[in-house]
Amino acid sequence: MTTDAVLELRGVGRVHGDGATAVHALRAISLTLRTGELIAVMGPSGSGKSTLLHLAGGLDTPSEGAVLVEGTDLATLSRGQLAAVRRRSLGYVFQDLNLIPALTAAENVALPRELDGVRARAARREALDALAEVGVGDLADRFPDEMSGGQQQRVAIARALIGPRRLVLADEPTGALDSQTGEDVLRVLRARCDAGASGLLVTHEARHAAWADRVVFLRDGALVDDTGVAPPPEVLLTADGFG
Amino acid sequence: MYGYQLRHEFERSTGATWPLNVGQVYTTLARLERDGLVEQTGESDEEGKVVYRLTDAGHAELTGWFATPLGGNDRPRDELAIKVALALTTPDVDVRAVLQTQRTATLRHLQELTRLKAVADGSEDTAWLLVLDSMIFRAEAEVRWLDHSETRLARLATAPRPTSAGPAPGSAAGPAAPPAVATDPASDSDQAVRR
Repeated sequence: MTTDAVLELRGVGRVHGDGATAVHALRAISLTLRTGELIAVMGPSGSGKSTLLHLAGGLDTPSEGAVLVEGTDLATLSRGQLAAVRRRSLGYVFQDLNLIPALTAAENVALPRELDGVRARAARREALDALAEVGVGDLADRFPDEMSGGQQQRVAIARALIGPRRLVLADEPTGALDSQTGEDVLRVLRARCDAGASGLLVTHEARHAAWADRVVFLRDGALVDDTGVAPPPEVLLTADGFG
Repeated sequence: MYGYQLRHEFERSTGATWPLNVGQVYTTLARLERDGLVEQTGESDEEGKVVYRLTDAGHAELTGWFATPLGGNDRPRDELAIKVALALTTPDVDVRAVLQTQRTATLRHLQELTRLKAVADGSEDTAWLLVLDSMIFRAEAEVRWLDHSETRLARLATAPRPTSAGPAPGSAAGPAAPPAVATDPASDSDQAVRR
């Protein structure tokens, strides 16, 4: 937790195909995400936002450069080790279909911990705490289809950050939500980062990106601008500032 | 109410976004009095400040103000739109750079407003929250317009050059046709807005 950089991209490029038909999905991306930081990535469709997120999460490998998660260069890992990093160091929140429909909210959140080897009862206790932290503690025994879209996204954030996980990669997490609900989800993400997590958020909504400490702009696979690193960490929300 | 109180009330409601100089308040009060919209009550408070109240005409004026919507021409001209339009028509100016620089600056402003909102949210200060929301929505609209402009320019750059021979559709409507704006067939929302 004291290692400052949770995620680091060093000169990362991603090329699909080769020769004359090569497509540069990303070029020379360097970006450092620190503890407690929320970075938003904005850009038009096709600018490489999702590729960036896939590389950051070890779902894809860069053609050039290196991706480091908590100081470990993902390229140095075996398949099994990479799978372990993917599973234990980070969590994902997508636009929708985040939760397993046949499991309750608490079971969804506890699942990664059970896979970590934590006993079911302890995993459930952790899950209940995590759900309370994102403001849906009272929904623990609901199934996903008994929850609103915003509630499901809160559960997904709780699951992404359960146990030792400190990095959440979010791909348009508010895309399927109305404006106010989307904002509430962003508040939760913001609060979790203020509490020590780190987040990389892809969004096309400026109003949602504005919750981030830093906003970077992608164009044609390259970072073209950056609002800069925010002033020293400040807690934007009090612990009960949402819900 | 007297001048300081008026200023205090105004700034409390608007989060001191538009600071008032107290001299301005007194000048305005004097004009309102001249025009018969306010009058001195004749009493003064313990510090000897003159207390004003609305006259009947003043009440009517105020009611009318609240009841009248702002028209499109009541707002200050949009310097950003002017700047971008001129960037496009001025040689050696990179309009895309103008758009990007502005987008980053506006996003930064939006971040600041969002921080203010995060702090203000717990409070009961609804008037201030409404003003903040207004500024947030305006900044967001600006970013959307910048995105839209960039997309429009990118399409123009890649689209085959339109044959510039024929008259623009609808040009028969009036002799003073506005400068030709490239039509954008893919954008339905635009067409709905265009008269």
